[in-house]
Amino acid sequence: MINLLWAGMIVISIIVAAINGEIENITPLIFSSAENAVTIVLGLISILVFWLGIMKIIEKSGFIRIIIYFLRPLAHWLFPGVPRNHQAMSAILMNMGANLLGMGNAATPFGIKAMKELQSLNSNPDTATDDMCTFLALNTASFTLVPTTIIALRAAAGAQNPADVIGVTIAATFCSATAAILSDRFFRYFYRHKKRRQIFIRK
Amino acid sequence: MNPLLIFNALSNWIVPALILLALLYGYLRGVKVFETFVEGAKEGFDMAVRLIPFLVGMMVAIGLFRGSGALELLTLVLTPVLRLSGIPAEVLPLGLMRPLSGNGALAIAVEMMNTFGPDSLLGRMAATMQGSTDTTLFVLTVYFGTVGIRKTRYALITGLLGDLAGLLAAIFICRMVFH
Repeated sequence: MINLLWAGMIVISIIVAAINGEIENITPLIFSSAENAVTIVLGLISILVFWLGIMKIIEKSGFIRIIIYFLRPLAHWLFPGVPRNHQAMSAILMNMGANLLGMGNAATPFGIKAMKELQSLNSNPDTATDDMCTFLALNTASFTLVPTTIIALRAAAGAQNPADVIGVTIAATFCSATAAILSDRFFRYFYRHKKRRQIFIRK
Repeated sequence: MNPLLIFNALSNWIVPALILLALLYGYLRGVKVFETFVEGAKEGFDMAVRLIPFLVGMMVAIGLFRGSGALELLTLVLTPVLRLSGIPAEVLPLGLMRPLSGNGALAIAVEMMNTFGPDSLLGRMAATMQGSTDTTLFVLTVYFGTVGIRKTRYALITGLLGDLAGLLAAIFICRMVFH
Protein backbone atom coordinates (compact mmCIF):
# COMPACT_ATOMS: atom_id res chain seq x y z
CA MET A 1 0.00 0.00 0.00
CA ILE A 2 2.73 2.48 1.01
CA ASN A 3 4.69 1.43 -2.06
CA LEU A 4 1.72 2.02 -4.31
CA LEU A 5 0.93 5.41 -2.77
CA TRP A 6 4.53 6.61 -2.88
CA ALA A 7 5.32 5.45 -6.40
CA GLY A 8 1.87 6.52 -7.55
CA MET A 9 2.37 10.09 -6.38
CA ILE A 10 5.69 10.42 -8.18
CA VAL A 11 4.58 8.69 -11.40
CA ILE A 12 1.36 10.71 -11.62
CA SER A 13 3.25 13.93 -10.91
CA ILE A 14 5.72 13.31 -13.72
CA ILE A 15 2.93 12.41 -16.16
CA VAL A 16 0.88 15.49 -15.20
CA ALA A 17 3.95 17.71 -15.56
CA ALA A 18 4.66 16.20 -18.97
CA ILE A 19 1.09 16.83 -20.14
CA ASN A 20 1.22 20.41 -18.88
CA GLY A 21 4.51 20.91 -20.67
CA GLU A 22 6.32 21.65 -17.41
CA ILE A 23 8.63 18.67 -17.38
CA GLU A 24 11.66 20.94 -16.86
CA ASN A 25 10.38 21.71 -13.35
CA ILE A 26 10.63 18.12 -12.16
CA THR A 27 14.37 17.87 -11.55
CA PRO A 28 14.73 21.13 -9.58
CA LEU A 29 11.65 20.18 -7.54
CA ILE A 30 13.27 16.88 -6.56
CA PHE A 31 16.46 18.59 -5.44
CA SER A 32 14.76 21.35 -3.49
CA SER A 33 12.40 18.91 -1.73
CA ALA A 34 15.22 16.57 -0.75
CA GLU A 35 17.28 19.47 0.56
CA ASN A 36 14.31 20.74 2.55
CA ALA A 37 13.87 17.31 4.13
CA VAL A 38 17.42 17.25 5.46
CA THR A 39 17.17 20.85 6.73
CA ILE A 40 14.00 19.97 8.61
CA VAL A 41 15.58 16.96 10.29
CA LEU A 42 18.52 19.13 11.41
CA GLY A 43 16.05 21.49 13.06
CA LEU A 44 14.27 18.55 14.65
CA ILE A 45 17.37 17.09 16.31
CA SER A 46 17.54 19.68 19.11
CA ILE A 47 14.05 19.18 20.45
CA LEU A 48 13.98 15.39 19.94
CA VAL A 49 17.25 15.03 21.83
CA PHE A 50 15.94 17.01 24.78
CA TRP A 51 12.56 15.36 24.90
CA LEU A 52 13.76 11.77 24.67
CA GLY A 53 16.21 12.60 27.46
CA ILE A 54 13.33 13.66 29.72
CA MET A 55 11.36 10.59 28.66
CA LYS A 56 14.23 8.35 29.75
CA ILE A 57 14.10 9.87 33.23
CA ILE A 58 10.36 9.21 33.39
CA GLU A 59 10.95 5.64 32.25
CA LYS A 60 13.73 4.91 34.73
CA SER A 61 12.08 6.53 37.76
CA GLY A 62 9.00 4.31 37.56
CA PHE A 63 6.77 7.34 37.14
CA ILE A 64 4.49 5.26 34.93
CA ARG A 65 3.43 3.24 37.98
CA ILE A 66 1.56 6.26 39.35
CA ILE A 67 -0.45 6.51 36.15
CA ILE A 68 -1.03 2.75 36.08
CA TYR A 69 -2.79 3.02 39.42
CA PHE A 70 -5.53 5.06 37.76
CA LEU A 71 -5.63 2.92 34.62
CA ARG A 72 -6.18 -0.40 36.36
CA PRO A 73 -10.00 -0.28 36.59
CA LEU A 74 -10.25 0.71 32.93
CA ALA A 75 -7.95 -2.14 31.92
CA HIS A 76 -10.03 -4.68 33.84
CA TRP A 77 -13.11 -3.52 32.00
CA LEU A 78 -11.39 -3.57 28.60
CA PHE A 79 -9.78 -7.00 29.00
CA PRO A 80 -12.28 -9.30 30.71
CA GLY A 81 -10.39 -12.39 29.48
CA VAL A 82 -7.16 -11.53 31.29
CA PRO A 83 -6.86 -12.62 34.95
CA ARG A 84 -6.23 -9.65 37.25
CA ASN A 85 -2.76 -10.60 38.43
CA HIS A 86 -1.57 -12.16 35.20
CA GLN A 87 1.70 -10.99 33.62
CA ALA A 88 -0.31 -9.89 30.59
CA MET A 89 -2.22 -7.37 32.69
CA SER A 90 0.91 -5.65 33.97
CA ALA A 91 2.42 -5.49 30.48
CA ILE A 92 -0.83 -4.06 29.12
CA LEU A 93 -0.88 -1.44 31.89
CA MET A 94 2.73 -0.44 31.26
CA ASN A 95 1.97 -0.10 27.56
CA MET A 96 -1.12 2.04 28.21
CA GLY A 97 0.79 4.26 30.64
CA ALA A 98 3.66 4.78 28.23
CA ASN A 99 1.28 5.66 25.40
CA LEU A 100 -0.57 8.11 27.63
CA LEU A 101 2.68 9.94 28.36
CA GLY A 102 3.55 10.09 24.68
CA MET A 103 6.44 7.64 25.10
CA GLY A 104 5.88 5.72 21.88
CA ASN A 105 9.38 4.24 21.95
CA ALA A 106 8.89 2.80 25.41
CA ALA A 107 5.34 1.65 24.70
CA THR A 108 6.29 -0.74 21.89
CA PRO A 109 8.47 -3.16 23.94
CA PHE A 110 5.75 -3.35 26.62
CA GLY A 111 3.21 -3.93 23.88
CA ILE A 112 5.19 -6.81 22.44
CA LYS A 113 5.55 -8.29 25.93
CA ALA A 114 1.80 -7.94 26.41
CA MET A 115 1.11 -9.74 23.12
CA LYS A 116 3.40 -12.62 24.12
CA GLU A 117 1.59 -12.95 27.45
CA LEU A 118 -1.80 -12.76 25.76
CA GLN A 119 -0.64 -15.48 23.40
CA SER A 120 0.02 -17.74 26.41
CA LEU A 121 -3.70 -17.40 27.23
CA ASN A 122 -4.64 -18.27 23.65
CA SER A 123 -5.89 -21.77 22.90
CA ASN A 124 -5.70 -21.24 19.16
CA PRO A 125 -2.20 -19.82 18.49
CA ASP A 126 -2.67 -18.64 14.90
CA THR A 127 -5.91 -16.73 15.56
CA ALA A 128 -6.22 -13.47 17.48
CA THR A 129 -8.25 -13.58 20.71
CA ASP A 130 -10.86 -10.97 21.64
CA ASP A 131 -8.46 -9.41 24.12
CA MET A 132 -5.70 -9.23 21.51
CA CYS A 133 -8.04 -7.37 19.17
CA THR A 134 -8.96 -4.93 21.95
CA PHE A 135 -5.29 -4.41 22.71
CA LEU A 136 -4.59 -3.69 19.06
CA ALA A 137 -7.52 -1.27 18.88
CA LEU A 138 -6.16 0.58 21.89
CA ASN A 139 -2.69 0.82 20.40
CA THR A 140 -3.68 1.83 16.88
CA ALA A 141 -5.65 4.71 18.38
CA SER A 142 -2.89 5.42 20.93
CA PHE A 143 -4.69 7.77 23.28
CA THR A 144 -2.11 10.24 24.51
CA LEU A 145 -1.89 13.22 26.85
CA VAL A 146 1.42 14.52 25.57
CA PRO A 147 1.83 14.36 21.78
CA THR A 148 5.60 14.76 22.00
CA THR A 149 6.51 14.38 18.35
CA ILE A 150 3.96 16.97 17.32
CA ILE A 151 5.30 19.56 19.75
CA ALA A 152 8.82 18.87 18.51
CA LEU A 153 7.75 19.22 14.89
CA ARG A 154 5.95 22.48 15.49
CA ALA A 155 8.91 23.86 17.43
CA ALA A 156 11.23 22.90 14.58
CA ALA A 157 8.93 24.59 12.04
CA GLY A 158 9.09 27.82 14.05
CA ALA A 159 5.62 27.87 15.60
CA GLN A 160 4.95 30.75 18.00
CA ASN A 161 3.64 28.44 20.69
CA PRO A 162 4.51 24.84 19.71
CA ALA A 163 2.39 23.37 22.50
CA ASP A 164 -0.86 25.11 21.59
CA VAL A 165 -2.24 22.11 19.66
CA ILE A 166 -2.04 19.75 22.64
CA GLY A 167 -5.64 20.41 23.67
CA VAL A 168 -7.04 19.72 20.22
CA THR A 169 -4.81 16.70 19.79
CA ILE A 170 -6.06 15.21 23.05
CA ALA A 171 -9.63 15.76 21.87
CA ALA A 172 -8.93 14.14 18.47
CA THR A 173 -7.06 11.18 19.91
CA PHE A 174 -9.89 10.72 22.40
CA CYS A 175 -12.33 10.47 19.47
CA SER A 176 -10.16 7.94 17.69
CA ALA A 177 -9.72 5.83 20.85
CA THR A 178 -13.44 5.95 21.57
CA ALA A 179 -14.32 4.90 18.02
CA ALA A 180 -11.79 2.07 18.12
CA ILE A 181 -12.99 0.77 21.48
CA LEU A 182 -16.67 1.05 20.60
CA SER A 183 -16.25 -0.79 17.31
CA ASP A 184 -14.12 -3.38 19.08
CA ARG A 185 -16.92 -3.93 21.61
CA PHE A 186 -19.41 -4.23 18.78
CA PHE A 187 -17.36 -6.85 16.94
CA ARG A 188 -16.74 -8.78 20.14
CA TYR A 189 -20.48 -9.01 20.73
CA PHE A 190 -21.23 -9.73 17.08
CA TYR A 191 -18.71 -12.58 16.84
CA ARG A 192 -19.84 -14.16 20.07
CA HIS A 193 -23.40 -14.29 18.81
CA LYS A 194 -22.30 -15.61 15.45
CA LYS A 195 -20.43 -18.42 17.17
CA ARG A 196 -23.46 -19.19 19.33
CA ARG A 197 -25.69 -19.35 16.26
CA GLN A 198 -23.29 -21.74 14.51
CA ILE A 199 -23.26 -24.07 17.51
CA PHE A 200 -27.04 -23.93 17.56
CA ILE A 201 -27.28 -24.82 13.86
CA ARG A 202 -24.89 -27.74 14.28
CA LYS A 203 -27.11 -29.19 17.00
CA MET B 1 -16.17 28.68 30.57
CA ASN B 2 -14.86 29.09 27.04
CA PRO B 3 -13.57 25.72 25.81
CA LEU B 4 -10.82 27.53 23.93
CA LEU B 5 -9.41 28.84 27.21
CA ILE B 6 -9.40 25.38 28.71
CA PHE B 7 -7.61 23.99 25.65
CA ASN B 8 -5.03 26.76 25.90
CA ALA B 9 -4.43 26.35 29.60
CA LEU B 10 -4.08 22.58 29.19
CA SER B 11 -1.69 23.05 26.28
CA ASN B 12 0.50 25.51 28.11
CA TRP B 13 0.68 23.52 31.31
CA ILE B 14 1.13 19.95 30.26
CA VAL B 15 4.76 20.04 29.09
CA PRO B 16 6.27 22.12 31.92
CA ALA B 17 4.24 20.14 34.46
CA LEU B 18 5.46 16.84 33.08
CA ILE B 19 9.11 17.98 33.12
CA LEU B 20 8.74 19.27 36.67
CA LEU B 21 7.17 16.05 37.92
CA ALA B 22 9.63 13.86 36.04
CA LEU B 23 12.69 15.62 37.47
CA LEU B 24 11.40 15.84 41.05
CA TYR B 25 10.12 12.27 41.12
CA GLY B 26 13.20 10.91 39.37
CA TYR B 27 15.60 12.72 41.69
CA LEU B 28 13.75 11.67 44.83
CA ARG B 29 13.68 8.07 43.63
CA GLY B 30 17.46 8.15 43.31
CA VAL B 31 17.67 8.20 39.52
CA LYS B 32 20.89 9.75 38.24
CA VAL B 33 18.88 12.32 36.35
CA PHE B 34 21.56 13.88 34.22
CA GLU B 35 23.24 10.63 33.16
CA THR B 36 19.83 9.17 32.36
CA PHE B 37 18.91 12.28 30.42
CA VAL B 38 22.02 12.00 28.26
CA GLU B 39 21.39 8.31 27.67
CA GLY B 40 17.88 9.00 26.41
CA ALA B 41 18.96 12.05 24.49
CA LYS B 42 21.29 9.89 22.39
CA GLU B 43 18.24 7.92 21.29
CA GLY B 44 16.66 11.19 20.22
CA PHE B 45 19.60 11.88 17.95
CA ASP B 46 19.42 8.39 16.42
CA MET B 47 15.70 8.82 15.91
CA ALA B 48 16.19 12.08 14.03
CA VAL B 49 18.90 10.60 11.82
CA ARG B 50 16.80 7.50 11.09
CA LEU B 51 14.04 9.82 9.93
CA ILE B 52 16.14 11.36 7.12
CA PRO B 53 15.57 8.67 4.43
CA PHE B 54 11.81 8.61 5.10
CA LEU B 55 11.58 12.36 5.01
CA VAL B 56 13.61 12.71 1.81
CA GLY B 57 11.55 10.06 0.03
CA MET B 58 8.20 11.45 1.12
CA MET B 59 9.02 15.10 0.69
CA VAL B 60 10.17 14.52 -2.87
CA ALA B 61 6.94 12.65 -3.64
CA ILE B 62 4.68 15.23 -2.05
CA GLY B 63 6.72 18.15 -3.41
CA LEU B 64 6.36 16.77 -6.91
CA PHE B 65 2.70 16.01 -6.39
CA ARG B 66 2.01 19.60 -5.41
CA GLY B 67 4.50 21.28 -7.75
CA SER B 68 3.43 19.42 -10.88
CA GLY B 69 -0.22 20.38 -10.51
CA ALA B 70 -1.33 16.80 -9.77
CA LEU B 71 -2.80 17.88 -6.44
CA GLU B 72 -4.82 20.61 -8.15
CA LEU B 73 -6.16 17.99 -10.52
CA LEU B 74 -7.15 15.69 -7.65
CA THR B 75 -8.74 18.62 -5.86
CA LEU B 76 -10.71 19.50 -8.95
CA VAL B 77 -12.07 15.96 -9.21
CA LEU B 78 -12.94 15.77 -5.54
CA THR B 79 -14.27 19.31 -5.12
CA PRO B 80 -17.96 18.37 -4.83
CA VAL B 81 -17.30 15.79 -2.11
CA LEU B 82 -14.85 18.02 -0.28
CA ARG B 83 -17.09 21.08 -0.40
CA LEU B 84 -19.93 19.07 1.08
CA SER B 85 -17.85 17.64 3.88
CA GLY B 86 -15.77 20.74 4.63
CA ILE B 87 -12.47 18.86 4.38
CA PRO B 88 -9.68 20.85 2.72
CA ALA B 89 -8.08 19.00 -0.21
CA GLU B 90 -4.58 19.76 1.06
CA VAL B 91 -4.98 17.26 3.92
CA LEU B 92 -5.89 14.32 1.65
CA PRO B 93 -2.36 12.93 1.11
CA LEU B 94 -1.75 13.03 4.87
CA GLY B 95 -5.07 11.34 5.63
CA LEU B 96 -4.31 8.56 3.16
CA MET B 97 -0.78 8.04 4.44
CA ARG B 98 -1.55 8.19 8.17
CA PRO B 99 -2.73 4.56 8.68
CA LEU B 100 -0.07 3.18 6.32
CA SER B 101 3.26 4.60 7.38
CA GLY B 102 4.13 6.56 10.52
CA ASN B 103 7.30 8.09 9.15
CA GLY B 104 5.68 8.69 5.77
CA ALA B 105 2.81 10.58 7.37
CA LEU B 106 5.22 12.42 9.64
CA ALA B 107 7.11 13.57 6.56
CA ILE B 108 3.94 14.85 4.91
CA ALA B 109 2.88 16.64 8.10
CA VAL B 110 6.29 18.31 8.33
CA GLU B 111 6.09 19.33 4.69
CA MET B 112 2.66 20.88 5.26
CA MET B 113 3.81 22.79 8.33
CA ASN B 114 6.71 24.22 6.37
CA THR B 115 4.71 25.04 3.25
CA PHE B 116 1.67 26.62 4.91
CA GLY B 117 3.35 27.74 8.14
CA PRO B 118 3.08 25.95 11.48
CA ASP B 119 0.55 28.45 12.83
CA SER B 120 -1.76 28.36 9.79
CA LEU B 121 -4.97 26.38 9.97
CA LEU B 122 -3.62 23.75 7.57
CA GLY B 123 -0.35 23.51 9.48
CA ARG B 124 -2.23 22.97 12.71
CA MET B 125 -4.54 20.44 11.08
CA ALA B 126 -1.49 18.52 9.87
CA ALA B 127 -0.02 18.46 13.39
CA THR B 128 -3.29 17.37 14.96
CA MET B 129 -3.97 14.69 12.35
CA GLN B 130 -0.49 13.31 12.86
CA GLY B 131 -1.04 13.17 16.63
CA SER B 132 -4.62 11.94 16.56
CA THR B 133 -3.90 8.27 15.89
CA ASP B 134 -1.11 5.76 15.52
CA THR B 135 -0.05 3.86 12.41
CA THR B 136 -2.56 1.00 12.28
CA LEU B 137 -0.69 -1.10 9.72
CA PHE B 138 2.60 -0.85 11.61
CA VAL B 139 1.07 -1.72 14.98
CA LEU B 140 -0.81 -4.64 13.45
CA THR B 141 2.27 -6.01 11.67
CA VAL B 142 4.61 -5.68 14.63
CA TYR B 143 2.28 -6.91 17.39
CA PHE B 144 0.69 -9.81 15.55
CA GLY B 145 3.92 -10.63 13.73
CA THR B 146 5.97 -11.16 16.88
CA VAL B 147 3.62 -13.81 18.26
CA GLY B 148 2.79 -15.46 14.93
CA ILE B 149 -0.90 -14.57 14.69
CA ARG B 150 -2.06 -14.94 11.10
CA LYS B 151 -5.82 -14.64 11.49
CA THR B 152 -6.28 -11.10 12.72
CA ARG B 153 -10.11 -11.19 12.58
CA TYR B 154 -11.60 -7.71 12.96
CA ALA B 155 -8.49 -5.94 14.30
CA LEU B 156 -7.74 -4.15 11.01
CA ILE B 157 -11.28 -2.78 10.66
CA THR B 158 -11.33 -1.49 14.25
CA GLY B 159 -7.95 0.15 13.73
CA LEU B 160 -9.02 1.85 10.53
CA LEU B 161 -12.32 3.02 12.03
CA GLY B 162 -10.32 4.55 14.87
CA ASP B 163 -8.07 6.29 12.34
CA LEU B 164 -11.00 7.66 10.40
CA ALA B 165 -12.65 9.01 13.55
CA GLY B 166 -9.38 10.55 14.72
CA LEU B 167 -8.59 12.19 11.39
CA LEU B 168 -12.08 13.63 10.93
CA ALA B 169 -12.11 14.83 14.54
CA ALA B 170 -8.73 16.49 14.02
CA ILE B 171 -9.98 18.36 10.95
CA PHE B 172 -13.26 19.53 12.43
CA ILE B 173 -11.99 20.37 15.91
CA CYS B 174 -9.16 22.41 14.38
CA ARG B 175 -11.66 24.26 12.21
CA MET B 176 -13.72 25.07 15.27
CA VAL B 177 -10.87 26.11 17.53
CA PHE B 178 -8.39 27.80 15.18
CA HIS B 179 -10.40 29.07 12.19
